[in-house]
Amino acid sequence: MSLADLTIAEAARRLEEGEIASTELTEAVLERATMTEARLHCYLTIDREGALESAAASDERRSKGQAMGPLDGIPVALKDNMCTRGIETTAASQLLSGYVPPYDAHVVERLRAAGAVIVGKTNLDEFAMGSSTENSAYGPTRNPWDTDRVPGGSSGGSAATVAAGSALGSFGSDTGGSIRQPAALCGVVGVKPTYGRVSRYGLIAFASSLDQIGPMARTVDDARLLLEGVWGHDPRDATSYSGEYPSLAPALDQGVEGMKIGVVRELSGDGYEKAVDAAVEAAIERLARAGAEVVEVSIPTVEVALSAYYLIAPAEASANLARFDGVRYGNRVDGETTEDMMARTRAAGFGPEPKRRILLGTYALSAGYYDAFYGKAQQVRTQLIHEFRAAYEKADVLVSPTSPTVAFELGARVDDPLAMYLSDVCTLPCNLTGDPAMSVPIGVDDAGLPIGMQVMAPALGEERMFAVAAELERLAGFEARPPLGDA
Amino acid sequence: MPVEIDIAHVARLARLALDDSELEIYRRQLSQILEHAAKVQSVATDATAPTAHPLGLTNAFRADEVRPSLDRDEVLSQAPESQDGYFVVPPALEVDG
Repeated sequence: MSLADLTIAEAARRLEEGEIASTELTEAVLERATMTEARLHCYLTIDREGALESAAASDERRSKGQAMGPLDGIPVALKDNMCTRGIETTAASQLLSGYVPPYDAHVVERLRAAGAVIVGKTNLDEFAMGSSTENSAYGPTRNPWDTDRVPGGSSGGSAATVAAGSALGSFGSDTGGSIRQPAALCGVVGVKPTYGRVSRYGLIAFASSLDQIGPMARTVDDARLLLEGVWGHDPRDATSYSGEYPSLAPALDQGVEGMKIGVVRELSGDGYEKAVDAAVEAAIERLARAGAEVVEVSIPTVEVALSAYYLIAPAEASANLARFDGVRYGNRVDGETTEDMMARTRAAGFGPEPKRRILLGTYALSAGYYDAFYGKAQQVRTQLIHEFRAAYEKADVLVSPTSPTVAFELGARVDDPLAMYLSDVCTLPCNLTGDPAMSVPIGVDDAGLPIGMQVMAPALGEERMFAVAAELERLAGFEARPPLGDA
Repeated sequence: MPVEIDIAHVARLARLALDDSELEIYRRQLSQILEHAAKVQSVATDATAPTAHPLGLTNAFRADEVRPSLDRDEVLSQAPESQDGYFVVPPALEVDG
């Protein structure tokens, strides 16, 4: 077994006990990347030199007894929509090719301060818009379990790299399911924390009231270590949560005895693959045998959440992406006037999906349509929050499939935006409510493709969410790893 | 019900210089997506306030202290064109003669 296959917890233990050095661990991860990248294309940039320097610095700290905690010396990857000072950051857009940010995102600062080794920047759907990573201007990422299939998206590179071992853990961003859905399709754990618990400072914004950064890892415990490494109040993000941040470690051993698990009735049945529904039912059964009480809950507005989401997210995107105008950063196409230059720059720089969403959002916010579309969608959002609150009166956590299907084939949905948008039907409600939710691998289908289960909790309810996720993980005994194939 | 869209107007508002064939593709796709999105109008929300922030936070204040800002040269190094510490753009208005 290569060191690249270690969990973060195990690698941290071996580092602490002096059994391995971060340099060895980082070299193993880089070697794995060399072996898998031509097939998978998880990364847009690999910072080999920077990673080895960080690893050497970590080893030196440790030799002096100055190690900084569980992430010191651990190789991690970052979705390429998080700004890294001195490392190209493109958001998978042609418009930002060559852009080198003059500052680090909050999560990057925190990871550097914790001694983590940043291996590189992972592929995504352009500006995080998509559910398959096929919308990258630099070519798709492939699913390590079956390279004819997508890894999900938009954090497809971050999910695939963890599954393949070209990083021990990674960070993604989740606006409608962009951490959880690829985690499910690649057989890893993915967490969208409560809105506001991880600072968005330095995250290239997509839809600001929905965007949240979170970890992706091979185990629930690893995801916890990564989350605890980056969450916390940051005054530079005005929506950052300034209250308590509990230690999540005790929750992992808590079990589910006496907990109420709510099964969301609307998130199964028509449109869901039988293998997915069956795996989720079996996992619920196991939770019941472990002492949980299972109740059915109904959240009728979930049925229109997709519609509300596809008004709110593009509306916010159209405003956020206005900054890419060829003036301060990114590439420019010349024009006669400022407006001409901007319109040409944007037409040449944005790919089809950002254009589609900018146009959709601009329309939904334009004079005469605001009340019928955007205003109405924001009201639906409130209605959804009320229904979720009512459901949490009956249950401690809610569960559903993470994705209605397992990984689909490349090209299967690219020409049908609506079909692609339906990939997020289970995940986007928690972006609208701001509640935390995570995906845990619970099994595979007949073809050996991973299936994920979503655990949702009320806002600030990460402890109970992790308690259930850890129990699900223990009961599922999901040990399968993707075939690595020949280089 | 199909949604009618003046796509050229929307593209102008969005500052996207698209050609006619692109405009036609997006007009069709937007119409289809909006037909689906119009489902939001079926939900009775008369008594419901809109949500803009999921946790309902408002007005986050921080101490008004002087802090270092980004290095100007480093910032300008990323601009397509700059001069004497400024960003440079083409004329904002068309000039006669």
